[in-house]
Amino acid sequence: MAFPIPEHEIHRRRFSRNLGVGLALVSFVALVFALTVVKVTQGDMGHANDAPGMLGSTVPIAPEEPAPAPASPAVQP
Amino acid sequence: MTDIRSFEGPKEAGFGDFVQLLKPRVMSLVVFTAMVGLLVAPVGLHPVVGFTAILFIALGAGASGALNMWWDADIDAMMRRTKGRPVPAGMVQPGEALAIGVALSGISVVMLALATNLLAAGLLAFTIFFYAVVYSMWLKRSTPQNIVIGGAAGAFPPMIGWVAVTGSLSVEACLMFMLIFMWTPPHFWALALFMNEDYSKAGVPMLTVTHGKRVTRNHVLGYTLALIPFAIGLGFTSIGGPVYLAISVLLNAEFLRGAYKIWKRDEVIAEADKYKVEKAVFRFSLLYLFLHFGALLVEAVLHAQGLGGW
Repeated sequence: MAFPIPEHEIHRRRFSRNLGVGLALVSFVALVFALTVVKVTQGDMGHANDAPGMLGSTVPIAPEEPAPAPASPAVQP
Repeated sequence: MTDIRSFEGPKEAGFGDFVQLLKPRVMSLVVFTAMVGLLVAPVGLHPVVGFTAILFIALGAGASGALNMWWDADIDAMMRRTKGRPVPAGMVQPGEALAIGVALSGISVVMLALATNLLAAGLLAFTIFFYAVVYSMWLKRSTPQNIVIGGAAGAFPPMIGWVAVTGSLSVEACLMFMLIFMWTPPHFWALALFMNEDYSKAGVPMLTVTHGKRVTRNHVLGYTLALIPFAIGLGFTSIGGPVYLAISVLLNAEFLRGAYKIWKRDEVIAEADKYKVEKAVFRFSLLYLFLHFGALLVEAVLHAQGLGGW
């Protein structure tokens, strides 16, 4: 597939802008992907793991033991 | 009858115009100093993470440049040096510059936080705020000390590079900051001495405009003297060494000689030779900074080989 040849200065500028933005977006996606691969392989997932509810989270979703029931006012002196 | 073909609507910006909006020349300095800050740090960083960090530090600097161009479009249009910038030239609309500046600021800070750490991202956010708001909006048009305080924005990148790796601040990072911070006034005032007309026309209260060139010449010498201890002091830290120290002493001696020559001259002599000395000192100041950070890089390479350092 070939790109249409821009016929006017305005079209050339518009084409260069669209191409530039497209390449920038593709590069950004590639960079995020590479960064993710590096972070996962290095085990450096500190940010994600710190979020409650994530696997391997250091923050408990719910307390392990049920909280003790409050003492009944009747048995208090 | 009106010829409809002669109608000139808004100009169509090419990709290059948007790149110009990010001040690529300033970005190249930011890339270099941030890279040095990152490479001289005592711990290593994965190359992909390091590349990402430098990229987004540079993009953050570019974003603040776009915000600066949005805000300063009116005075940029009046100055010979800046009237060709994309906004005053009509290639990019002010709203577009603002949108790009804000969007890239957010992306760069978030990406730096994800790639490295929150302290580095926080420093980058502060740098963007400092340049776009504190310098451009508050200081630039209100005080002749704009260059002195605003210089902090350009001084943060090596510190951010260091923090991106280590996660904390240190005396080395602070001295790299101070090196650029103290270098900025004599560098810009040397420029202002031969670009005075531009600033007067735009009403920017540069020291040359508000206090005259004699006071500016005194300040160039004063700030050069104040810069020297920081530049040489960096040589005695863990990232310095004999190579850095030798280069630094030579560069500072030459810079001081240039500042002294500027101080000794008056306007009659300067105008007679078309500000030859001022222009030479301005050009040398760029080399001065580049070689200082280059020497730090050399020391880091020597360190890696088991050489260099103290």
